[in-house]
This record gives sequence, structure tokens and C-alpha cells, in this order.
Amino acid sequence: MTIMTNDEEIVGTRPAHRRVKLGVRKVSKTFRIRSEDGKTQTHLNVLRDISFDVEENEIVSLIGESGCGKTTLLRIVQGLMRHDAGAIEVDGHAVSGPGRDRGFVFQQASLLPWRTAQSNVEFGLEIQGVDPKIRAERAKQLLRLVGLDQAATRYPHELSGGMQQRIGLARAMAIDPSILLMDEPFSALDAQTREVLQRELLRIQADAKTTILFVTHDLDEAIYLSNRIVVLGARPGRVKEIIDVPFAGERPDLPVLRGSPEFQEIRQHIWQLIGNQSMPAHT
Amino acid sequence: MKQSTMTQTTEATLATAPDTEVEELVLNKPTRRYWAVRMISIFTVLLAWEVLGRQVDPLFIAWPTQIGAAAIDMIHSGELVGAFLESMKTLTLGFVLASIVGIALGLVIGRYRYVDASTDWLVNALYATPLVAITPLVILWFGLGFQAKLFIVFILAVFPVLINTASGVRNVAPHLVDVGVAFAANERTIFLKIILPAAVPFMMTGIRLGVGRAIIGMVVAEFFTAINGLGALIIKYGNQFETAAMFVPILSLMLMGVVYTAIAMRFERWVAPWRFTDSD
Ligand SMILES: Nc1ncnc2c1ncn2[C@@H]1O[C@H](COP(=O)(O)OP(=O)(O)OP(=O)(O)O)[C@@H](O)[C@H]1O
Ligand SMILES: [Mg+2]
Repeated sequence: MTIMTNDEEIVGTRPAHRRVKLGVRKVSKTFRIRSEDGKTQTHLNVLRDISFDVEENEIVSLIGESGCGKTTLLRIVQGLMRHDAGAIEVDGHAVSGPGRDRGFVFQQASLLPWRTAQSNVEFGLEIQGVDPKIRAERAKQLLRLVGLDQAATRYPHELSGGMQQRIGLARAMAIDPSILLMDEPFSALDAQTREVLQRELLRIQADAKTTILFVTHDLDEAIYLSNRIVVLGARPGRVKEIIDVPFAGERPDLPVLRGSPEFQEIRQHIWQLIGNQSMPAHT
Repeated sequence: MKQSTMTQTTEATLATAPDTEVEELVLNKPTRRYWAVRMISIFTVLLAWEVLGRQVDPLFIAWPTQIGAAAIDMIHSGELVGAFLESMKTLTLGFVLASIVGIALGLVIGRYRYVDASTDWLVNALYATPLVAITPLVILWFGLGFQAKLFIVFILAVFPVLINTASGVRNVAPHLVDVGVAFAANERTIFLKIILPAAVPFMMTGIRLGVGRAIIGMVVAEFFTAINGLGALIIKYGNQFETAAMFVPILSLMLMGVVYTAIAMRFERWVAPWRFTDSD
């Protein structure tokens, strides 16, 4: 099922022996839900035998049609949800709950409304009992990194959606996680803001050497950001294919990239895999 | 460089003037105009009351200037100030106690399912009962003094605070709790740093509802005991058929309600500033 041909060597995007940072090993998840008549319980097979690796310092996207279990998988990796079978491994060790090694960026930012931007960024460090002076210092540094040092004292409702997303990113990065899990972090944003943040994410990732697992259902975003793309099929969610993206390394801006034939080829390929009917014209 | 035209338009749209300035321009004038309209309305109503009131038998209604004169007399005799302070004391103490106890119990009930299951029937039954009905009983327990009034104010105000606090704790948005879990916070920390602050707006709603009930409780208690306080003054002048003098404590109660609600709202701003920073 998994097509991983010798492309790898031809394209050469992946150095041969990078360390596996995050391992998803035969993870399955079944929800118990009410059946259609509403009287009995049935089982909903959401994930079945999902396996893939994310290597150190790599960005991997999860893509697949709505409801195929992307969020479920990401929550399992973070430890927000239990899985029924399989294992999640970080640096080769199985993990069974949330930990400092993983930072989570929520789809709807999910900032705490009673905390200022800076205090939101400090949240994770506060939980870890870091000294207030040190965590304020660290928060300021991250606010600068996401370009929001001017907004430190503002409350979430005084920030735009894009700013909130950036604070959410800064909050996850503040605990200096070696893995960043992001659930459609840019999906609620307008195209321009999204492109700005995508570029920013690439820059930050290059700086901080973070490993990223990124959920999206925007094909362009997946191809633009990732070293590899894990395409999930639905009902039950399973890995359809893992695709290497040959642009990793130095990337032109997305609009430029979009024009390239390689980009179009990958895009077309993924589109057919997901099996969507209405492909928007992006040429 | 190909993109330059597009980038320019983007920046142009993004660079519109900060919306605060625009808003101020729009808001300033109407606000002042609304106040003018409000003042005119108040003046008109008072004038109509004065004119129409004089047409009616003074036993049934008093008019503003007459009430004003009665108020001045009662202030001079010290009667009004004494009653006002007495009522204020009962109300404040009873209400503060009700808020503290209501929030504390509400937090416990909201957090622990078993406590909730074992108490919810009682809480709901007591909340639904018009508790002023037990006033005669309370007077039997505590006598006609301060304690009886305090108890009634307390028992009336405590339930809205308790019920709202508990439901605030229960209804914290799961995605906020997820934030705590994602950062590996333990259960206690999640309660203190997420559930508690998230429930604050609910507590404040309870407190504001409690204010109204506390005042009702106070007046009813003073009617029954009829010894001191504004409620006792109403009974006294009502029995003497001095309608104008009777209106003075009634209007004082109105003032007290307004002031109390304003204080509750100030307090809300103080403990939950994030909910108010956009309007003034
Ligand atoms: N807590 C839950 N209880 C029962 N069913 C659930 C639960 N969470 C998710 N599901 C179901 O599992 C399936 C996968 O949900 P999930 O949120 O992971 O999808 P997704 O791939 O993230 O979709 P989208 O792209 O729309 O966000 C859906 O059919 C959903 O209804
Ligand atoms: Mg999802």
C-alpha cells in the first residue's frame, strides 16, 4: 500500500540516516457511538493500523478527507485521547500521556480568554513551575519570534484570528518541545495571513529545529510545508500512501512554487488518492 | 517581483486606519445625545407625576415635591439615615456571606459528581421555593432582631450564586480543559488555572441575580419584624396613612438596588477584566 520507491535516492530530500523522532505504530481507534435508530450502540472504526515515522527536524503533513480521523490521530499522539491498540513512540520510547516533549497547536487557537497574550504564552512554563522571571523572559522572546511583542498585554479577544493563532504557536513553542503537533492551525485564516504564517512557520522551524506533525486538508499547504505527506483514507482511517516532497530545503514562495510542474504533479496525485470530485483550478 | 501589484493591494487593505479612531468618531455624539434624551425623559415623567399626582386623593399617591419635603424632614430627624444604615448593614453582610458560601459550595458541587448527585434535588427544591415564605419560622428561630433578617437575606441570595457557580464549573468549554491536559497539567492545576477562571462569569451572573433577591429578602424580613430598617419605615408610615413619607423609604430602596447592582458590575469588571476591555 505504501509506495516508497527509490524516488528517495533520486530526489535526495531525505538524508539516509536521520533519527526517527516520532513513531506511530499500528495505532487503532474505535469509538462507541449510538446506532442510527438511537437505541443500541455500534462501533465506529476511525483509525486502523496507522503506522508511519516522523524523522528528526522533519515536517510531516497528515491529509485526508473530512472525518477520516486526522484530529483523532493527532490527539492520540499528544495524549489527549487513548488509543485502543498500537503505540506512540517518542525517541524510541512508548509514551502514554501528554508530556513536555510535545507541544500542541489547536485548530481554534484555544487561548485562555482571561490571560493576556504574554500570560497565555507563559502557560506551559507556569505548569512546569518555571520561575516567573525566566518564563516572562522566554515568553517575550517567543512573542518577538512570532512578531507580536507589541501585543503582549492584550487579551485574546483584542487580537485578530491570525494573531491568536500565532500566540497559540508561541505558547506551544514556549515549553521548547522537540515535537510540535498542529491541527489545521491556519484553516480559519484568510489566504494572505495564511501564507505569511506558513512562511513564518518554516522560518521558525528552521531556527528551532523542531519536528512537526501537521494536520491540514489544504493540499497546497501540505505540499508547501512538508518533507513528507501521509495520505489517509477514510472509514476506517488508514495510511493510503506516504509521499516525499522534493521541494524540501530552500523553498520559493508558495505562489511561485504553485506554477512549477512538479508541484502540479504531486497535487494531482494526492487529489486522485483522496478521490475528491471538485478540484478547484489553481493554475 | 512579479507579485508586487498584489502585495501592494494587500498592504493597502491591511493598512486601513486603526478602527478605534473610527469607532470613537461614530460613538461619541450619539452617546451624548442618548444622555440628553434620557434626561428629558426623566424630567417629563417627574413633571407628569407631579401634575397628575396632585389630581388624586393624597392618601393614594404622593407627588415628587411632597416626597422631597418629607425626605428632608426625615433626614433632619435622623430617622431616614438610621433606617438606611440598618438596612444596608443587613443587606451587605447577608449578601457577602451568601456570595462566599454560594461560590464555595458551588465549586464543590460543580466539581464532584457525587456531591452534586446527593445535593442537587435539595438545592433545586430550595431554589424553587419562595423562601420568603419561611420568614415567620425564621423569626421563631432567631427572634425579631438582626440575626433573623441576616438569615433571610442570606438564604435568598445564596442559591442563585451557588447554582450558577456550579453550572459554570460543569460547563467549562472542553477545548479549554484540553489546553491544560495538553500541557500535562495535573487535575488540581487544571481546576485552579482553567475551570475556576472560566467559571467566573457564571459566578458573577449568580451574584447579580442574588442582589435582587437579597433586597427582597431584606424588605420582607423588615416588614415582619417591623422594628428598624427601611422596611419598618414603610410599614410605620403606611399604617399612619402618610403616603408621602412612605414613598421616601421606597425610593431609598430603589437607590440601594441601583447602587448595589452598580457595585456588583464594578466588581465583575475587576475580577474579570478580559470581558470588558473593548467597551470603555
Ligand atoms: N469523541 C468522539 N466520539 C465519537 N466519535 C468521534 C469522536 N471524535 C471523533 N469522532 C468521529 O471520528 C471520526 C473522525 O473524526 P476526526 O475529528 O478525527 O476527523 P478529521 O479527519 O479531523 O476531520 P476534519 O477534517 O473534518 O477535521 C468522525 O467520524 C467523527 O464523527
Ligand atoms: Mg479535524
